[in-house]
Amino acid sequence: MKLKQLEGLLGGLTQFPNPKLELEQYPTGPHIASRMLYTAENSFDDITGKVVADFGCGCGTLAVASALLDAEHVLGIDIDPQSLELAQENAADLELDIDLIWSDIKSLNFKVLPVDTVVMNPPFGTRKRGADMEFLAMGLKVASKAVYSLHKTSTREHIKRMALRGCNAISAEVLCELRYDLPHMYKFHNKKEVDIAVDLWRFVPNARR
Amino acid sequence: MRLLTHNMLASNVRGATTGYPLKLEASNWCTKEVELNADFIRGLLPKIDWRALVATTRALGLPDLLPDEQPPEEEIFAKGAADVEGSAIRRIHHALLEIHVQQGSLTCPDTNRSFPIDKGIPNMMLHEDEV
Repeated sequence: MKLKQLEGLLGGLTQFPNPKLELEQYPTGPHIASRMLYTAENSFDDITGKVVADFGCGCGTLAVASALLDAEHVLGIDIDPQSLELAQENAADLELDIDLIWSDIKSLNFKVLPVDTVVMNPPFGTRKRGADMEFLAMGLKVASKAVYSLHKTSTREHIKRMALRGCNAISAEVLCELRYDLPHMYKFHNKKEVDIAVDLWRFVPNARR
Repeated sequence: MRLLTHNMLASNVRGATTGYPLKLEASNWCTKEVELNADFIRGLLPKIDWRALVATTRALGLPDLLPDEQPPEEEIFAKGAADVEGSAIRRIHHALLEIHVQQGSLTCPDTNRSFPIDKGIPNMMLHEDEV
């Protein structure tokens, strides 16, 4: 599938009608999501024919993108049941099958680990300190091949240190810097649109278990 | 929820030792055909728990879908096996990827805490006093 096609299909997904502030529910826009998954597949062979998990899947953009790129099994996990319902509808609209689990990321317990790749747009940890790290730590525990994630560029050094030292990752690489257009969603956003720099990361977990 | 997802999940409720495998009960499930990918199954088999998978197929009332012991790999991946109706690889593929549980529950073997499955989505949320 071409990048433009992927971006187009993701642009048709329904996003959160009432985003929840405490969960930092920012939609992953089609521009960023398509580039993230397209790079994961075309540069690293991490999606097609793989087991892919989307942590904090929200309305399922990254999970749907994985399924569109022919991941063999896609798993989306979120704490918010309304988001999961939306994710299910989004997948069904495109005649895709994704599995969904209603759970907190930090209390996930997987006994066997067939997940190859974790993709996520985690909370940036702005409202709840450390939320981004909980996601990253769990991603690096669950994935055997790679973790793709978005983090604010302003936290780059911290993320790198945490991934390599704190979570024992083999490598932590910024693939590109993207502009994240936050639409005016919450009351504390006083500008009409907030444009922040985010890094697209690829982490390689230490898969010797 | 496919049975592959079930195979991964354990309960994390306080008091559980392994929390695995979760006992499956299903009041409603369906099947959807998916193209068989032998390389995918080959990579997946060593990572999953065979006994837990067998238990789920039995819980769905499919006593003959999978044998108690995993068949040898030479048999599963024998040349042409993927094209033979009822071959081991076709059954394994069917069990892992083509069965979808819509309604039912998952029960923690250690604590008997039950996690409902509604519209295909297992609810693994814990209350504050269960963490």
